[in-house]
Amino acid sequence: MSAGPRRHLLSTADLSAEDAMLILDTAAEFARLADRPIKKLPTLRGRTVVNLFYEDSTRTRISFETAAKRLSADVINFSAKGSSVSKGESLKDTALTLEAMGADAVVVRHWASGGAHRLAHAGWIRSAVVNAGDGTHEHPTQALLDAYTLRARLGGLEGRRVTVVGDVLHSRVARSNVRLLATLGAEVTLVAPPTLMPFGVEGWPCSSSYALDPVLPKSDAVMMLRVQRERMDQAFFPTEREYSRRYGMHADRMAQLPEHAVVMHPGPMNRGLEISAEVADSARSTVTEQVANGVSVRMAVLYLLLGGSEPAIGTEDEGERR
Amino acid sequence: MTNWTIKGASPLGGPARDLYVREGRIAEAPAPDATVIDAAGLIALPGLVDLHTHLREPGREDAETVLSGSRAAAAGGFTAVHAMANTDPVADTAGVVEQVWRLGREAGYCDVQPVGAVTVGIAGERLAELGAMAESAARVRIFSDDGHCVSDAALMRRALEYVKAFGGVVAQHAQEPRLTEGAQMNEGELSDVLGLRGWPAVAEEAIIARDVLLAAHTGSRLHVCHLSTAGSVEIVRWAKSKGYPVTAEVTPHHLLLTEDLVRGYDPVYKVNPPLRSKDDVEAVRAGLADGAIDVVATDHAPHPVEAKDCEWAVAAMGMLGLETALSVVQQTMVATGLLDWAGVADRMSVRAARIGQLEEHGRPLEVGEPANLTLLDPAAARVIEPASLHSRSRNTPFAGLELPGAVHATLLRGTATVLDGKVVDR
Repeated sequence: MSAGPRRHLLSTADLSAEDAMLILDTAAEFARLADRPIKKLPTLRGRTVVNLFYEDSTRTRISFETAAKRLSADVINFSAKGSSVSKGESLKDTALTLEAMGADAVVVRHWASGGAHRLAHAGWIRSAVVNAGDGTHEHPTQALLDAYTLRARLGGLEGRRVTVVGDVLHSRVARSNVRLLATLGAEVTLVAPPTLMPFGVEGWPCSSSYALDPVLPKSDAVMMLRVQRERMDQAFFPTEREYSRRYGMHADRMAQLPEHAVVMHPGPMNRGLEISAEVADSARSTVTEQVANGVSVRMAVLYLLLGGSEPAIGTEDEGERR
Repeated sequence: MTNWTIKGASPLGGPARDLYVREGRIAEAPAPDATVIDAAGLIALPGLVDLHTHLREPGREDAETVLSGSRAAAAGGFTAVHAMANTDPVADTAGVVEQVWRLGREAGYCDVQPVGAVTVGIAGERLAELGAMAESAARVRIFSDDGHCVSDAALMRRALEYVKAFGGVVAQHAQEPRLTEGAQMNEGELSDVLGLRGWPAVAEEAIIARDVLLAAHTGSRLHVCHLSTAGSVEIVRWAKSKGYPVTAEVTPHHLLLTEDLVRGYDPVYKVNPPLRSKDDVEAVRAGLADGAIDVVATDHAPHPVEAKDCEWAVAAMGMLGLETALSVVQQTMVATGLLDWAGVADRMSVRAARIGQLEEHGRPLEVGEPANLTLLDPAAARVIEPASLHSRSRNTPFAGLELPGAVHATLLRGTATVLDGKVVDR
């Protein structure tokens, strides 16, 4: 357990530009490691990182697990399915269990918005909490790896124009990206049908549009969000075909982008819905780079929260709330 | 029965005088054996009447019982409460309402007046036997599916019509169900920042608008439960201007708290209808001040610890209210100059008793009237400590807040249920 104040990574809104750049720079250091035959560092030897997943997400869990193992931490995977009240153990009791086992960091994926915040601040545990996605709220490490990818591809973030397209309303990826990219000086435009645009989007640090085509020539990067097919049944849009026609990224739309522009997707993709196979497999697509960068960024986050005598990033614990 | 001489109290905040209580009624002269209560500096109000209380018995005695809830009511200065019907089993038969009514009498801390369900099992499908409840020993006059909205317009119309036969009133929990599926907090900028599904104002206002028109059409009495938005105040004010037979209530928490409290995802602030914006808070205060809103009703909703010590999305909705209501009204309405103490008596006792048709409550503090009264020390201040509440539950959103005013004594037909600020054991 580190001696200094407890720190967490719950929201990109809590990150200063300096904190965020420190994470990206540290990640770049770790990325160099990936090219070496021996990829492991002894930095977090003796530390325990728990992956607490209330929602299936194999790719995020594996990414965090790989990151922790490359830093020589002990990793425990704890998958807890179902609602915490209706069946099984409550979040509180699980937290108390992890506390008793001496977890230094808990990486939590939860279907409920605020799940990570609650775990960090309810007074149940003393370990650092990393939000690996909470409901429709935030997914900060995804935004960090996206920013890392953008910086690598575009040579910087300041003044770069990033267009985020799709189900913004239900997207934790979009929320985290808007906040982080605004902090880092990028200009973000959200594109969605009005039904999938957040209620108070005028107050967000970005602009918004209901139409994709006019935005494309002015985009350095386009980030396509995954569309849940069930949204169609809830009348957010009429049919998949109409959605794809109006908001999907396909070859014709890709041709309207500037030469240097990239197309991103947090995965998993619905090929043929929000992104065509042609685009997904093109040289502009950063999908697999994003996955590779995810490991480096998550190494940086774990290292900066747990590595030193005092955590280098994150929000301070509010302490006991009651 | 104890007789009392209440020395130097200010009835409704007016000039101080002595009040005499003899054999349960306010008397002309002191009884020779009267016990003296030094009430200098205290305000005398008619015993408070709550139109909206969840006592949880039968079914959820882990959260509250009629006994614990009515002790909490007495501590808060109440002499009558209306027990909501969403118990388990639901209060949708004469048997259940009589059980609750009898438990209230046995407890003896305040009059417990059961509310009957509008529909069987509050399922919103078939009318419950409203007539049987009205004619039972519990003499039910208010009917409500509170917790659920009678959203079917035809069913609501029939309920309004049917209760005319026995002078009943339908108290509606106004919430359009399709617009609030999975709703977690007030819909607005903050709900989308926090990623919590929104509960839009229109879902409340659309039902209230429909129901005031149905009340006009049927000529029957509608009462709007826990109104929470500026738009709802406007609709009720309009309906009253037309002379429609409509009344409305607001909760203490909607008078004081705003949605900003949700930021920390602490479920103690989760309630239905949700905490709203600052503009809404100002509008409901103004509505209460000008009489568009008739009464303050607590919507006292006890929950066991585990129902709140969890993720926001799975937490139960509701807040304690009985023991803090008068203090919240003092802070939000009296300290702000929006109401005087006569106004507080009107909104927390007189009109509530009239809506609930409780003849012995909400009466003037005059000779011959039943001695249901509350003595308040308006100069006191207290920090709300959940552990010191009389409710069996601890889910107060006011924990740690300093609120003005403390109930010094509560008399129920001349019997002290609270004396020297302490609940009297019976």
